[in-house]
Amino acid sequence: MAKSALLKSSLAKKYWMALTGLFLCLFLVGHLIGNLQLIFGDASKFNEYALFMTTNPAVKVLSYLTYISILFHAIDGIVLTIQNKKARPIGYVKNNAKANSSWSSRNMAILGTLLLVFIVTHMVNFWAKMHFSEMPLQTMEVNIAEGQTVKLYKTVQEQPIPATAVEMGQLEVRGTGFYQGDLKIADGYKDLHKITVEFFQHPQYGLIATVLYVLAMVVLGFHLSHGFASAFQSLGINHPKYNCLIKGIGKIFCYVIPALFAIIPLYIHFILK
Amino acid sequence: MNLTLKIWRQNNAKEAGKMVDYKINNISPDMSFLEMLDVLNNELIEKGEDPVAFDHDCREGICGMCSLFINGEAHGPDRGVTTCQLHMRMFKDGDTIYIEPFRAKAFPVIKDLVVDRTAFDKIQHAGGFVSVNTSGNTQDANAIPIPKHDADRAFDAATCIGCGACVATCKNSSAMLFVSAKVSQFALLPQGKVEAADRVRNMVEEMDALGFGNCTNTGACEIECPKGISLENIARMNREYLKASIK
Repeated sequence: MAKSALLKSSLAKKYWMALTGLFLCLFLVGHLIGNLQLIFGDASKFNEYALFMTTNPAVKVLSYLTYISILFHAIDGIVLTIQNKKARPIGYVKNNAKANSSWSSRNMAILGTLLLVFIVTHMVNFWAKMHFSEMPLQTMEVNIAEGQTVKLYKTVQEQPIPATAVEMGQLEVRGTGFYQGDLKIADGYKDLHKITVEFFQHPQYGLIATVLYVLAMVVLGFHLSHGFASAFQSLGINHPKYNCLIKGIGKIFCYVIPALFAIIPLYIHFILK
Repeated sequence: MNLTLKIWRQNNAKEAGKMVDYKINNISPDMSFLEMLDVLNNELIEKGEDPVAFDHDCREGICGMCSLFINGEAHGPDRGVTTCQLHMRMFKDGDTIYIEPFRAKAFPVIKDLVVDRTAFDKIQHAGGFVSVNTSGNTQDANAIPIPKHDADRAFDAATCIGCGACVATCKNSSAMLFVSAKVSQFALLPQGKVEAADRVRNMVEEMDALGFGNCTNTGACEIECPKGISLENIARMNREYLKASIK
């Protein structure tokens, strides 16, 4: 009884929806702080962050929790939507729903579906490249004399490797490693910064990618305008003393966080040289 | 006032229904909505037509019998009233008014605008009571001290008349506001706390089994509830259920 109550009942679905949703809100904060280094940091900072996010064991645990949360939130949402549709087989001829509820609260499923499409495309564009495909390694230009620069590979071991060593065949690049024969000399940084900048500055698709990203953040704002406070209500947290605080933080998740996310591709496309 | 009514007509639960137009003239703005329907039915009977079936009883907003989804809202456009307390002054001369039954799988149409709300009774039977033998030696009401705040909130929850407007309004046909009001009115009082865990488990289980939808916190029920039952009750039920589930 108790077991099924915490999995199958209508209230259990709400609890899980709320818990996964709030966890994803936390993820958004972490992701945003990292992404903002595209504006406030430099390529090195951003690539160090990208390496940390893909290798740190604690982050790995969190990232698996995030994948599970996204899947569970989506599946739970689909199940809820199907059940809710079934609960009213014949609809109203006239339904003045806007008199009693907000648009976003009534369209969480549509907003959620759009977000899922965004998450999948976003992961294909960045996450999958970072994890599964050959990436360019980060290089930097260093001035050695007036008008003379040398191109170096930045490495995790802090020992830069001259690009000429690779170009002339003294070193071989396999994955992120620099090899001399079978001996690994150092590890480079995958240049996610370059991939990101090229993506949003692409001569043909850069503008459309930027616009779509901004639109996705608008959708996120609408989804969170209902979702954040709703999660607390689902978990039974509704008290006159704290509702103000929840609504206030909800406003941050509705406006500030999506806006900050949206500023990044706009900055890359229109301002970053 | 002269009005056009678009009313759902359905002979019985099995046959399909449809919206039918009626013209009605010389309606006083001081009439209640149900009186306006009485006038329409008189005219229909005089013409030898089948009158429109609709639920009503006390006509003073306390029994929870009247229903109707009027112009897209449960109990019509006014706030904090049942359909019997809705007056024609809320409408304008020449208006077209849509009148539909409360819609939910768990509330099947019996005829025209009358729906079967037995599902609510079944939920009540599952746990909406206190198992105390009240015959004989009733103790003094003030013998158990109850904080005023709790007593007030329990009373507020107990004002639910079980009309079903929450279900009708909810985009998911969820019965959470009703069930949470019934759970709360007992859970807040010492007499009800004894069976609180079983009550909330059984009532929620019954609610799910009857085919009501899930709550998505749109808040529409609270707005349309003729008794102003608060969403706080749903939060309380969520807490009670969580407590009961992990026990």
